[in-house]
Amino acid sequence: MGGKVTRLTVNGQAHDIEVDSDMPLLWVLRDMLGLMGTKFGCGIAQCGACTVHVDGAPVRSCALPIGAVGDKQITTIEGLGSDDALHPVQRAWVEHDVPQCGYCQSGMIMAVAALLQENPSPTDADINAAITNICRCGSYQRIRAAIHAAASQRVSGIKSP
Amino acid sequence: MSRVPHLSRRTFLASAAAAGGALALGFDISLAPRAVRASESRAEITVWIVIEPDDGVIIRVAKSEMGQGIFTALPMLVAEELECDWSKVKAEFASPHENRSRNRAWGNMSTGASRSITASQHDLRRAGATAREMLIAAAAACWEVPAGECTAANSVITHGPSGRTTTFGRVAAQAAEIPPPAQVQLKDPKDWKLIGTRQRRLDVPDKVTGKPIYAIDVHLPGMLYAAIVQCPVFKGTVRSIDETPLAGMKGIRRVVRLPDAVAVVADTWWGAKKAAETLQVTWDFADYAGVSSQTIRAELRAGLSAGDARIGRNDGDVDRALAQAAKRIEADYEVPFLGHATMEPQNCTAHVTPDQVEIWVPTQDGETALAIAADAAGVPAGKVVVHKMMLGCGFGRRGIFQDFVRQAVLIAKEVSGPVKLVWTREEDTRHGFYRPVASARMTAGLDADGIPIAWKIRTSGQSIIAAVSPRVMQFGVDRNFLQGLLEDMPYQVPNYRVDFAMRNTHVPVGVWRSVNHSQNAFFKESFVDEMAHAAAADPYLFRRTLLASKPKELAVLDAAAAHAEWGSPLPPGLFRGIALHDSQSSICAQVVEASVDRDGEVRVHRVVSAIDAGHVVNPLSVELQTESAIVFGLTAALYGEITIKHGQVEQSNFHDYPMLRLADMPRVETVIVPSEGSWGGAGETPVPPLAPALCNAIFAATGKRIRSLPLKNHDLRSA
Repeated sequence: MGGKVTRLTVNGQAHDIEVDSDMPLLWVLRDMLGLMGTKFGCGIAQCGACTVHVDGAPVRSCALPIGAVGDKQITTIEGLGSDDALHPVQRAWVEHDVPQCGYCQSGMIMAVAALLQENPSPTDADINAAITNICRCGSYQRIRAAIHAAASQRVSGIKSP
Repeated sequence: MSRVPHLSRRTFLASAAAAGGALALGFDISLAPRAVRASESRAEITVWIVIEPDDGVIIRVAKSEMGQGIFTALPMLVAEELECDWSKVKAEFASPHENRSRNRAWGNMSTGASRSITASQHDLRRAGATAREMLIAAAAACWEVPAGECTAANSVITHGPSGRTTTFGRVAAQAAEIPPPAQVQLKDPKDWKLIGTRQRRLDVPDKVTGKPIYAIDVHLPGMLYAAIVQCPVFKGTVRSIDETPLAGMKGIRRVVRLPDAVAVVADTWWGAKKAAETLQVTWDFADYAGVSSQTIRAELRAGLSAGDARIGRNDGDVDRALAQAAKRIEADYEVPFLGHATMEPQNCTAHVTPDQVEIWVPTQDGETALAIAADAAGVPAGKVVVHKMMLGCGFGRRGIFQDFVRQAVLIAKEVSGPVKLVWTREEDTRHGFYRPVASARMTAGLDADGIPIAWKIRTSGQSIIAAVSPRVMQFGVDRNFLQGLLEDMPYQVPNYRVDFAMRNTHVPVGVWRSVNHSQNAFFKESFVDEMAHAAAADPYLFRRTLLASKPKELAVLDAAAAHAEWGSPLPPGLFRGIALHDSQSSICAQVVEASVDRDGEVRVHRVVSAIDAGHVVNPLSVELQTESAIVFGLTAALYGEITIKHGQVEQSNFHDYPMLRLADMPRVETVIVPSEGSWGGAGETPVPPLAPALCNAIFAATGKRIRSLPLKNHDLRSA
């Protein structure tokens, strides 16, 4: 590697990593920190499979160079909820049988969690505008239903650490 | 990696019995180098079932899970007969190397053609019944009572006369020692308690929490990463590589030259990708750099009137009947190449050591992956270990060819330690095995009452069979190309002929969810609408007339029309289209409600999809697969097009090979038509009717007949 040492805070934990500043956050998370929940789909911020929260905002990590992250707080799907305490969006996903192949769902869930944090009662139009991630299995109908269900539970979301 | 569905690195216990009834005593699976020997004793009762002392039930799945739900539906078939508590069931993949060393105890692992349930259901129900009888026999022996006095339900065995009970877990170890009965009685379908009920998918918890369950997630100590650049022109080769631009780049381990590609191995995938894109490769494009979509289209069009077509079906005398027809209509149709665009790009991790080749792979056919790895490594098949992982989509891309497996093994041979090869989306888009290009010339003759008396179909296009199993071609026509137009053509027309002029290109083709049904349903169902229009008949009622002797198809068509309230008024601007198609031993009819605005923008508002898939194991799966198939079909109908220029694919990523997104998702309503006595597929069947049902709705809306896809190439603005 031989890049410069960067301090990165992911899911509340600080990591010092030696990496070239142009490496996208996605590859740092996956290949250097072993956080495999965030997926590679396109590499050009089109599909959203790599969506994480950067200071609470949804960001497509495949197109964010690590050098641009600075001291911002990163949250990945691994930090959103746990097996025993699912995030409300994850619970809604289970209750509405959303995933099929499941590959895009980490990114979907992160995008939706950020949307509900910002807008606790989104309309269909709000959802259409905010959730532009690609699901090739076509889980969209259930995603929409699950978002409304999570919203109706007065989801306050879990603040990004 | 703990939650990756059981990598099968444990010892199998003795006294395993194959589902077919044969005993496989004393079998011990060799362990992988890093294997952890399972400390607990697990009782294998038939090769499909392991019952743990705490009553946990592990049911093995031989097929691949790519989103279609077999990781849940196949265990349901076992559990129905096993009489176990469904809430205690977990699924795990049976591994291809163990299948090989156990004399294919789990059968054919190839996963495609919507056949997983139809092909497995008998063996799996039989395995469940066999294991149940073994468990009962163990309990009866323990109690010293006749087995016939004992029953099993919900993982509990009860001795009727005495009322004594025990659980599966308590007798599992003894049951594993009991020879399986030669004969078992399967339940009458009316007695099923689990089959036919909606059950949540077993894989969902891992999929909402981001568990590393896909091959692309494999993370091994000392692992290196590979990126690949393949010859942009299909069938081209590497002429030379200039590595000097890599000087000064850090973390580069190796440049690997393959016949048609160059890979870079590095400490990080990002580093490997940057280096691979920096390399200067000189390619030999052979004779293919002049090929374009225009030259391919010209060849296919010539095929529509060429003399070399092979006949697929020929009833009556179609030319004579056409000459006698009161009205004759003719139309040409065409469709482009289509890519699979699996969300998880092609990838494979390989570790080649002197003793063994180990791969982690997203595969629709683990046995083919094993054979390819052995061939690429030049080792006997017995030295290959294959870890089947969850697939981030399949759609037919990862079954027959598995080029990524060969590449990963060839690369891993050149380095020490495991290597993970991951394709970029650009490589994935440009190096597929595409849905073939195809054209059709439709000619029909109607009598004075508007009833079709003659129907002639000439098809022209690229054969998948010619690439996959060319020997079949020696016997004449590629019948696969005519899927849906042969004996499976549901409409009755007395004089009917379909033939095929094969026009192969240098572009690789393969199976794409619903295969040749995808284009043939578009040709057939659009043209049936043209016939109905020529006959001044309602498209739904016109189809009913042609299905008079097909009660099953008629029932599905009627179910779709009734649910969609065909004929009732719609809000202004909305129009309906209908289509029906038989495929994968199932029947699907759809009614699409669509609008076309002044700017020519097409919007699909609602799709009613009725299906007769025979016995339905998990209705939830059928609903999910219907929604999925409609998104798949709609994406292709609206945008799908792989075009060729200078011998190479023009598209590269989701910006120029777009996918349907949430904002454009129609409301989908699935109608499962009750059906008994047969088994059919469901994963592909709702794909083919979507495009023609949509285009028929567009005709209703605009009067414009769509005869080529995708729709983005049509100007549908109001005049």
